[in-house]
Amino acid sequence: MNIVVCLKQVPDTNEVKIDQKTGTLIREGVPSIINPDDKNALEEALRLKDSNGAHVTIVSMGPPQAQIALREALAMGADEAILVSDRAFAGSDTLATSNTLAATIRQLDYDVIFAGRQAIDGDTAQVGPEIAELLGLPQITYVEKVEVINSGLKVRKAWEDGYEDIEVKTPVLLTAIKELNEPRYMNIKNIFGMYQEKEIKTWNADDIEADKTVLGLNGSPTKVKKSMTKEPKGQGELIQLPPKEAAQFVISKLKENHFI
Amino acid sequence: MNFTLTKEQEFVRQMVREFAINEVEPLAADIDVTERFPRETVDKMARYHMLGIPIATKYGGAGGDNLSYAIAVEELSKKCATTGVILSAHTSLCAGPIDMFGTEEQKMKYLVPLAKGEKLGAFGLTEPNAGTDASEQQTTAILEGDNYILNGSKIFITNGGEADTYVVAAMTDKSKGTRGISCFIIEKDFEGFSIGKHEDKLGIRASSTTELVFTNCMVPKENLLGKEGKGFGIAMKTLDGGRIGIAAQALGIAEGALEESTKYMKERKQFGKPLSAFQGLQWMVAELDVKVECAKLLVYKAAFNKDNGLSYSVEAARAKLFASETAMEVTTKAVQIFGGYGYTKEYPIERMMRDAKITEIYEGTSQVQKMVIAANLLK
Repeated sequence: MNIVVCLKQVPDTNEVKIDQKTGTLIREGVPSIINPDDKNALEEALRLKDSNGAHVTIVSMGPPQAQIALREALAMGADEAILVSDRAFAGSDTLATSNTLAATIRQLDYDVIFAGRQAIDGDTAQVGPEIAELLGLPQITYVEKVEVINSGLKVRKAWEDGYEDIEVKTPVLLTAIKELNEPRYMNIKNIFGMYQEKEIKTWNADDIEADKTVLGLNGSPTKVKKSMTKEPKGQGELIQLPPKEAAQFVISKLKENHFI
Repeated sequence: MNFTLTKEQEFVRQMVREFAINEVEPLAADIDVTERFPRETVDKMARYHMLGIPIATKYGGAGGDNLSYAIAVEELSKKCATTGVILSAHTSLCAGPIDMFGTEEQKMKYLVPLAKGEKLGAFGLTEPNAGTDASEQQTTAILEGDNYILNGSKIFITNGGEADTYVVAAMTDKSKGTRGISCFIIEKDFEGFSIGKHEDKLGIRASSTTELVFTNCMVPKENLLGKEGKGFGIAMKTLDGGRIGIAAQALGIAEGALEESTKYMKERKQFGKPLSAFQGLQWMVAELDVKVECAKLLVYKAAFNKDNGLSYSVEAARAKLFASETAMEVTTKAVQIFGGYGYTKEYPIERMMRDAKITEIYEGTSQVQKMVIAANLLK
């Protein structure tokens, strides 16, 4: 089985601060990590490799420094990593990103494509589904369980109030949520072995044979107009009353403000 | 001169740090109280090749270096010094001497499962009457046919009750003094070998510290490690390596306590402002920070020397002396910063202080490190 995992390096948003003047993220000095949902996607690919045997290839679009995230994926047990990196990709929105990744994946053999549900720096959840559309594949999003069966895969898709079990033939694209699994750590033996045994392939816009008009800023129908932070809530009011009186107090406040 | 870690070393730090936060820290307070050996943690460490970091891949190891191993002990010890010493004793004191002095057959039979983490290792040198004066070995090993017959006992053996493989020193010829000491590889199931008293300790309470008892214990002569009569040198060389591990453990304890202290200083308010606003305490943590950094440089240098084929005996002694005394000072002052809360089990600081003390004692007391350093200065 050939598995492709789409993976993005993102700033660790737990560590990110907002520039109060411009409303944008301050990225300097913020550690970069593998996007958490993508790590679940990678873990599931590695589990399929452990149980059924598979070749796991990581694909990432990003600047050269994203190599470090691909190295981490190799240290976790991936077989191969491809970084798609080119100035032509700068300013990509989700559609241009999907065009880039889909063109990359077209160069590869695949039975299953895994992506994370969404990236913590953008929260769009669009890239996985868009890749499936561009490749003409079935897709199942919000995946919380994967099983290999004779005809393909049996996949559990999470809903807010339940789940759906779906049997699907490969090739297929799945997007992972954190409930899918608990990602493993890097293996120390892989950490030392990978620098001798594995190279990260770097592909540019020519290598992926994509139509250049659908890449980067030119291929991006959406533009960020403005980013802003939410107004911080004011200081709350702490009341210390017995439960009954506290409830009455809350109700009176809600009425006072015309919420009820 | 380059103070930057390699990418591999950085990844090892990242991996062990994540492991320590998720798998080790949640158990630390509990196993300190119950003295339960964290076997599940050891199994997980094995899965990630943490138990054979500096051992070559052909012997089942991760094919890494001693500095990465030291970083692993350091990161574990930030959260739990017990877990740190389990790794240190296993790697430096058992896998280490077999790697350095074992025959190819011994390495295949004993080093491979140790490095893979299928077996846990321990080392037995100390006896009731042979502590700092390790030359006073009372345990005897008499060659009879194809076996050595061992009689005697070892005390204070780290991983004692939990290990599968032991490297043990014994007298093969008492008339020759230290030149009559030899080392042996012992399996836990050897006839005549048993585990004696389990120690009830001040710190590192979940590490298994026991007596090893040999009563006509039959050891096949092919389990002699190195040559007969060379055991004292093997033990001393083993301890040189072990001191890097213990120094790394002490460094980790000190760093862990300092991290907890600065975090607490920013949260805790007295006189209407956080503790971090008081200059007396600012100076205290600044001084501790400098000592921690000095300890780190000494530990890393000793490991670097070992990795690069340079002498590391004095370097390891310096590192262990300074790092262990720094651990004691930082943890003691950390309790002071936490005040009454620091004295309780509500915070990890009192445990860190209890754990720190042993680093000034085992694998050579601070005084022994000074002997090693002075002997080199005055030779």
